[in-house]
Amino acid sequence: MTYPGPVGKILESAGAEVGDVVEVRRGKEVYSGILMPHHDFSNPSIITLKLANGYNIGVRADEDSKIKIVSKKEAKEHAKRSLPSTPSKKDVAVISTGGTIASYVDYRTGAVHPAISAEELVFSVPELMDLCNVRAKVLYSILSENMKVAHWQGLARAVADELNSGAVGVIVPHGTDTLGFTSAALSFMLRNLTGPVVCVGAQRSSDRPSSDAIMNLLAATRLCVEGDLGEVVVLMHGETSDSYCLAHRGTKVRKMHSSRRDAFKSINADPVAKIEGTEITFMSQHTRRSPGPVELHDKIDGNASMLHFYPGFEAEHFDMIAGKVKGVVIAGTGLGHVSEEIVGSIRRAVKDGVHVFITTQCLHGAVNLNVYSTGRDMLTAGAVPIGDMLPETAYVKLMWAMGQTKDPAEVRKIMMTNVAGELSDRRLV
Amino acid sequence: MDYRSLGLKVGIEIHQQLSTGKLFCECESEFSDEHHKEFVRRLRPTQSEMGEMDKAALEQSERKLQFRYQTVPCSCLVEADEEPPHGANPRAVETSLEMAKLLGMTPVDEVHFMRKIVVDGSNTGGFQRTALVAMDGKIEVGGKSIVVRTLCLEEDAARKMAEQNSEVLFRLDRLGIPLIEMATDPDITTPEEARLVAEKLGALLRATKKVRRGIGTIREDVNISIAGGARVEIKGAQDLRLLHVYVEEEAKRQLALLDVKKVLRDRGAKRVNPEIKDLSALFRDTHCKVLKKALDEKGKILAVRLEKFKGVLGPTEAGVKRVGSEMASHARVTGVKGLFHSDELPGYGVTVAEVEDVTSALGVEPGDAFVLIADQEDRSRAAFSKVVERANAAIEGVPEETRDPLPDGQSVYSRPLPGKARMYPETDVPPIRIDEKLLESIELNLPEVPEVKTGRFVKQFGISKEQAESLVKSGYEDEFELLASQFGNSQVVARIYLNDFPELEKLGHDPSGISLDTMRVLLDSLKGGRFAKEAVPQILGSVLENGQTVEGAIETLGVETVDLESVKEVCERIVQQRMKFILEKGEASLGPVMGIAMKELRGRVDGKVLSEVLSEKIRQLLKQAGSQTGH
Repeated sequence: MTYPGPVGKILESAGAEVGDVVEVRRGKEVYSGILMPHHDFSNPSIITLKLANGYNIGVRADEDSKIKIVSKKEAKEHAKRSLPSTPSKKDVAVISTGGTIASYVDYRTGAVHPAISAEELVFSVPELMDLCNVRAKVLYSILSENMKVAHWQGLARAVADELNSGAVGVIVPHGTDTLGFTSAALSFMLRNLTGPVVCVGAQRSSDRPSSDAIMNLLAATRLCVEGDLGEVVVLMHGETSDSYCLAHRGTKVRKMHSSRRDAFKSINADPVAKIEGTEITFMSQHTRRSPGPVELHDKIDGNASMLHFYPGFEAEHFDMIAGKVKGVVIAGTGLGHVSEEIVGSIRRAVKDGVHVFITTQCLHGAVNLNVYSTGRDMLTAGAVPIGDMLPETAYVKLMWAMGQTKDPAEVRKIMMTNVAGELSDRRLV
Repeated sequence: MDYRSLGLKVGIEIHQQLSTGKLFCECESEFSDEHHKEFVRRLRPTQSEMGEMDKAALEQSERKLQFRYQTVPCSCLVEADEEPPHGANPRAVETSLEMAKLLGMTPVDEVHFMRKIVVDGSNTGGFQRTALVAMDGKIEVGGKSIVVRTLCLEEDAARKMAEQNSEVLFRLDRLGIPLIEMATDPDITTPEEARLVAEKLGALLRATKKVRRGIGTIREDVNISIAGGARVEIKGAQDLRLLHVYVEEEAKRQLALLDVKKVLRDRGAKRVNPEIKDLSALFRDTHCKVLKKALDEKGKILAVRLEKFKGVLGPTEAGVKRVGSEMASHARVTGVKGLFHSDELPGYGVTVAEVEDVTSALGVEPGDAFVLIADQEDRSRAAFSKVVERANAAIEGVPEETRDPLPDGQSVYSRPLPGKARMYPETDVPPIRIDEKLLESIELNLPEVPEVKTGRFVKQFGISKEQAESLVKSGYEDEFELLASQFGNSQVVARIYLNDFPELEKLGHDPSGISLDTMRVLLDSLKGGRFAKEAVPQILGSVLENGQTVEGAIETLGVETVDLESVKEVCERIVQQRMKFILEKGEASLGPVMGIAMKELRGRVDGKVLSEVLSEKIRQLLKQAGSQTGH
């Protein structure tokens, strides 16, 4: 964001800061405007100015350029606004973690910032306050690809606290890239939920008039206030239109498109609920609100890895990773297969006490290692197939299971037991 | 009208679609008659940099509209706002730089795309992407220099197909087509000058050969003010020939509103308070269809008194619309169909007695006016807040606003002028460095400018300077050049574009729909003597009207040329039939008789040939007659 190299020096020596009105003069050419932040892809010799007509332009600057400050930027006052609370309304907690949904544009500079306060987030959708009393909190302000195990744990604790102190539901605004991982992690860590835990994302940022954030947040709020649901779900658009939202079970959901609003799909399961306008329709069996209190099982052993098998996968690579972790989830081909070489690697790993669980990279459908000889060899080598569990869910569950017990047999048992709707016995036609 | 003494100031903004393919995706910049799937969205204004909502954006969103988008066979996720934009189309960027150079403008060193908030649904994202490419150029018109201040490259909006209740229907084919937008300073001082500037910029744009052609591919926004008036933007005029009319009519309108201001001030009119009264009871037995319908639909008839507004609501004696029609168009923003004001009542089925009832119910004094709105109550109340706001603005004079052009040269209020704070950076599109190397290659490949072209046409094709200029102005200069080079006979080709095309347009056709291939077949057949050049308008008319091929049109119309023998036979027959008349008039009979022959043979024989054959026949007849009478 700050200007690199010589241009940065020129600006510095002129005492110019982003937001100041400056005049850039080179030869006969003179431009004045608000100094904008450096764009990552802008040429290093360019200064970006916002002209009086509102347009930004790039102006080349070199050692002959003269920069004069016309006026310093005005200190922007952040009016502190507090959230209203009405006794007649129920409390819904909003625990923000960052991502597109919680970002906003500084219109003066054009930079996209994460929302600094939960209030900022909530005030961008004032309708939320018509439905409930919002207890807002910014827990993290990170892009979801930077989430780590410790973040999941901190989040689970915050959610449990909110529910155990009277919130009827918790909304978790979250970046969409790893939303499915977080929802799976929360699903395993939180038991006995007294209300819905709704992970919400947006595929279009809230600074755009076309953002999907508003509708998703409103639907999430409605589900928290009115839905008899005691589960962790991911709630996003159901289709490209702004028509309805779907709540997907936290362990059965996956981002299936890089950019569409309806990127999230339930895999090997029906969505939990459809929220259209003011109406909530449950679409599959679900757990109702428990009387509480919410139990927290937040121990996780992060020493695991997830490997995607592909033709030409070198046994050496597998061995290298298997040598460093306590457990591996493999996304195999088709019914769950890997090559002969990797079967050898699995055998060695299992012998060394490494858990090896098998899922399918087809995502849809279950693994079955009884059908082909490769599969049977994998079973013999000690690999454990885990039905129709999504690879990502299996990876999260493995770390959670290893956090719950040190006993390998117990870990295997947990992995093969349906804890939070992650495993289904039947897949309907 | 003396526009200079009125202090008329006009600036124009030209938007020209490019044929380079769309600006931020790989789709073609073409329209489609078919559509596939549909999807529905809502838009919501976001806070501007000052933490305030933009006035124009707010007014649009107050309507709580839903937008339905039709996708066409080539629509992609970028257009549906379901995928980030791709990098800006380099051909479009180059074309904009070419145009900048033709106008002597200074390009920026790096182009940065911005998002301009537009929540009327015409952009799926709720904003239009636009970038400032160059600044400070000029064009000469009639010896006067007009400054072209900015040249921007932006994306066109989706095509509005219909609007019903609270839903607007758009088609995605137009969305994302690159537009070059050029804005002049308000240097223009007469309506005629506005037209000339637009024509000249249009001709320069076409010179790049990378522009789309046909109705709607070039649109103008005209900013107009007179001294004491206000800047009013007439947005999206498509017919260049009406440009000066829009300027004239707007000047008249502002003049009339300034007059209203004076009248109201003289009367000591004060800001109106919106005291809304429910007068439904007075109209229980009304014969006014509009009012009755509203009551039947469980609506109400609400009224407001406008103190001291009598006589300024209706049009002037010269028919210039005033406050009444302005209030009506402001009211329509809220969804009501319209209003009645006291200057037009009694009328529309509202009786004198009913007017008197309203007058006493509202406490209307002489010199006061009132407004009635018949609709659902909440809608009417919202409409009245707009009506009163507009009435109060009349005391101040001419309000700044955006207006929609109407086909008759008038305009109608559409929304407040957009504020300046509606732009923020489009961070998904990388900036584009405009370096010396790129500019050099652009400069080396600049197209021929219109002045040079007309000179060359005169020399190369032997047409007159006027013809050459008209061709360039018409926009068909490239077609002319291609066809005249290929088929010779430049005069015939020129006349098709300069005479036949306008003729076809008068008949309600759109000659821009005639493809170059059609023209080639036409000229080829003409050259081969299949029909006479007189048949050209008929054939083209038939091609446009019935979607026929040239061949098909020739057959249906029966314009195939007749051979010389048949021409002679027809002439012989006509001369025999009109013998008495010819003998009476002598050689002067040729004109009238020619008319009769033409009627029979139009388009099937060259007029010159026909005239020769006919006069020969007439001479023969006269000669025979002379010898018979023995003179």
